[in-house]
Amino acid sequence: MKHIRNFSIIAHIDHGKSTLADRLIQYTKLVDDRQFRDQMLDTMDIERERGITIKSQTVDLPYVDDRGEEYELNLIDTPGHVDFSYEVSRALASCEGVLLLVDASQGVEAQTLGNLYAALEHNLVIIPVINKIDLPVADVGRVKTEIDNELGLDPDTAILCSAKDGTGIEDILRAIVDRIPPPTGDAEKPLTALIFDAHYDSFRGTIVSCRVFDGTVRQGDTIRLMSQGTTYRVEEVGVFRINREPQKELSAGEVGYIIAGIKTVSDTRIGETVTLDARPAPQPLPGFKDVKPVVFSSIYPIASDDYQSLLEALEKYKLNDASLVYQKDSSAALGQGFRCGYLGLLHLEIVQERLEREFDQSIIMTAPSVQYRFHLDDGTVLDVDNPLYYPDPGTIKSSEEPFIRASILIPERYVGAVMKLCMERRGVNSHMSYPTPGRVEITFDMPLAEVIFDFYDRLKSITQGYGSFDYELIDYRESSLVKLDILVNGEKVDALSILVHRDSARDRAVRICDRLKDEIPRQQFKIAIQGAIGGKIISRSTISAYRKDVTAKCYGGDITRKRKLLEKQKKGKKRMRIVGNVEIPQSAFLAALKTDDE
Amino acid sequence: MNRTGHPGLYVHVPFCKTKCPYCDFYSVLGTEHAGKWLKAVLGEASLNSPEFPRFDSLYIGGGTPSLLDDDEVEGLIAGLRGVFRFDDTTEVTIELNPDDVTKEKLALYRSLGVNRVSLGVQSFDGDEVRFLGRRHSGRQAEEAARLVAEAGFAEFGIDLIYGLPGQTVRSWRKTLRLALSYGPAHLSCYQLTVEGDTPFSRLAREGGLALPDDARAAKLFLGMSEYVTGQGFVHYEVSNFARGEQSVSRHNVKYWQHTPYLGLGPSAHSFSGRRRWWNHRNLDAYLGQLNSGSFAVEGSETLSEEQMRLERLLFGFRTMWGVELKELSGKGCANRLEDLQQKGFVEVRGERIVTTLTGYLFADRLPLMVSE
Repeated sequence: MKHIRNFSIIAHIDHGKSTLADRLIQYTKLVDDRQFRDQMLDTMDIERERGITIKSQTVDLPYVDDRGEEYELNLIDTPGHVDFSYEVSRALASCEGVLLLVDASQGVEAQTLGNLYAALEHNLVIIPVINKIDLPVADVGRVKTEIDNELGLDPDTAILCSAKDGTGIEDILRAIVDRIPPPTGDAEKPLTALIFDAHYDSFRGTIVSCRVFDGTVRQGDTIRLMSQGTTYRVEEVGVFRINREPQKELSAGEVGYIIAGIKTVSDTRIGETVTLDARPAPQPLPGFKDVKPVVFSSIYPIASDDYQSLLEALEKYKLNDASLVYQKDSSAALGQGFRCGYLGLLHLEIVQERLEREFDQSIIMTAPSVQYRFHLDDGTVLDVDNPLYYPDPGTIKSSEEPFIRASILIPERYVGAVMKLCMERRGVNSHMSYPTPGRVEITFDMPLAEVIFDFYDRLKSITQGYGSFDYELIDYRESSLVKLDILVNGEKVDALSILVHRDSARDRAVRICDRLKDEIPRQQFKIAIQGAIGGKIISRSTISAYRKDVTAKCYGGDITRKRKLLEKQKKGKKRMRIVGNVEIPQSAFLAALKTDDE
Repeated sequence: MNRTGHPGLYVHVPFCKTKCPYCDFYSVLGTEHAGKWLKAVLGEASLNSPEFPRFDSLYIGGGTPSLLDDDEVEGLIAGLRGVFRFDDTTEVTIELNPDDVTKEKLALYRSLGVNRVSLGVQSFDGDEVRFLGRRHSGRQAEEAARLVAEAGFAEFGIDLIYGLPGQTVRSWRKTLRLALSYGPAHLSCYQLTVEGDTPFSRLAREGGLALPDDARAAKLFLGMSEYVTGQGFVHYEVSNFARGEQSVSRHNVKYWQHTPYLGLGPSAHSFSGRRRWWNHRNLDAYLGQLNSGSFAVEGSETLSEEQMRLERLLFGFRTMWGVELKELSGKGCANRLEDLQQKGFVEVRGERIVTTLTGYLFADRLPLMVSE
């Protein structure tokens, strides 16, 4: 056990986590250079394209130090986005130490802080690593000061590195061995293993990634998932060396995988404790939480006949993403679909992209919503995440919406602009601190609903990329809410309804009407688009009628062109939904979601 | 139905004296290359004669065919007769520009077997003609129409353009009345359209072209149809009228009935019944290819059954012959048809769905409206 080290790399998005992981993999010769590709651990197209890690991956790095001692270094990769903070916390619980990566030009950012707090909670050894020192704009001195002042870590312990050109990799590996303690635990005690991730494999079922704290698990054992009480027979255990390598057993201190005929990823829970059925542990490992979605939106197939195919795609998708929840939903405008819950907006985008890209679905997504809470006159409390179920406003005594505490780290010169943005988004209780000269940390209490649209994009744009943002859910607060309906030729398009704060309703209504006016093609009759609260119209736009749609000529040279146009329009028509007698293209539903005019 | 089954032959004469700012048909200025062009066209005819031995229509269009001198026209028609076999009843059409019209030229055409001329009047109104950048004046157009009418062709047609700035239903009707007063058997009325890469499209982009909006264009269209059909014509295609079904352009109808046709000359399109191909839209490239004895085809496509069907809908709804009921298929097609009937766009006559006058206004949209 003393030759095992379990560690994670934590970093703000873009600070070079995947590149560092790549370099470690290369250095330890786990794969030869021929097989190597960038972002080795990021296997999904979308991860490589966006340069983010969505699913964490583990890799067991063989390392021989200069004394000739052989080590197993288990790198537990973590997703790099606030949407997945619970998954990050479970990965951290499986480690004894972390590399805290800070970009030599960007310095400490809000997420770095959030990550540090998470690591401290788990009493982990923290090795600060200053990355990208090869950049001409690198400012190691300043970053060291920030590490000292903002993170409260000893700047002299920081390792300088360039994951890009390989500088400092050896130092990092040595520090992992020297500074991070080996795991403790007793292989003879009853089994406790923490599930920190799960992947679906179409041949083997669910591959559970876990850290064994006590005990031993072998092929043929019957394991029990403690929170669910389900039992499975172990088919294989092993470790990850890019590919799975079966082992005889996994025992205390080790990180690896279990394959046990678990059908879907949803049959497991991240944070779940695995024990042996025959000799169970007296109690599970601490920290288990059933993650609840915070953002909701409905998905409809563009062609209503594709409902079944969408259902199958969701079922398949869900095999590998336990955090997506969905249930049947139906809309007068869009027919049968699904109400889905996501961990956050990035998660929502990932689901949308993967459904379209990997599962070939053409879908319409409705506006994302948070879960609102309504106290009714008769004393009942109603949680509503779908505008369709907005209660009769006459029966509502009070309403509440979820609030977050946003923490924003920016260079001082952007304070004014960021304060303004936060106030526009109904931020309250602002608090400012100056962790280092020239840098400001602003915290705000803000409605989650104001953040889920495009807050992060706006923040990035007004701070020219220097602003960083992290948040945690804090509580529900009283709020004046209304349901904004959109009517097309007098007919309510329920899929476009949203719940909004009373003060923002008119603005949103005007914007949506304008957007739809640009997106809905002219038809043979005039189309009125209205925004309404209750029966009251608060915004309106009009699309004038088409009076003539026929070209003058159709001879030799025109025919192919015309037919191609028709083929294109026909395809477009498949992406239309007819509401009343108006054809609304998919793009209109999407456009209505956007709050700002990009 | 006007289907004879025999293919049609089109010859593109790519020469103009001046370029009209709205036109995007391919042409070059001047006729200095007419000799080389003629040789190439006859060469191209020979290359195609195994595939297309026989025709019952010949259409000489452009460009400006009437710019060709007498020898060249004679050489062209005689040359084609030498390569292909034409039926006795072949419809032979040539396009004429008003300022090229002389009694002598008309007599020559007649002697060469031309039995149908199409006169590119566009407008009789001085301001409108100038706006369109035509070479002729209003008076010249009237004079040309008179000469053509007196020349003794079995049939002649007049081409007009409408949808001009400031044009009203009334002024448009005046133009139509004058055109009909010469007794043509055929009338083509094209709404002015801003095409791809033309001076008008640049003008339009800069906001310098005040064309009527679609509501106004619809009024001009309806007023036109009402007037011309009131004079005894059939509105047999969106932009075409004939004095009775026997006077429809046999050649043009082939385009809309998937009858094969061969196009000779640069930019000309051809169709075999399933495959469509088109020549280089560039005189040098065209001449180069044919000089080296090869075809001058720039591109081609072979239509799938679905594409054939889509084109049948496209053509059908644009013409008085409509679409066969059995072309409609798929879930909900009965409902869609009923919807179109209710809107007054189509009527069902026997086994066919026929576009109404209102339906013509949306003819390019009807194929979509009946499709799933």
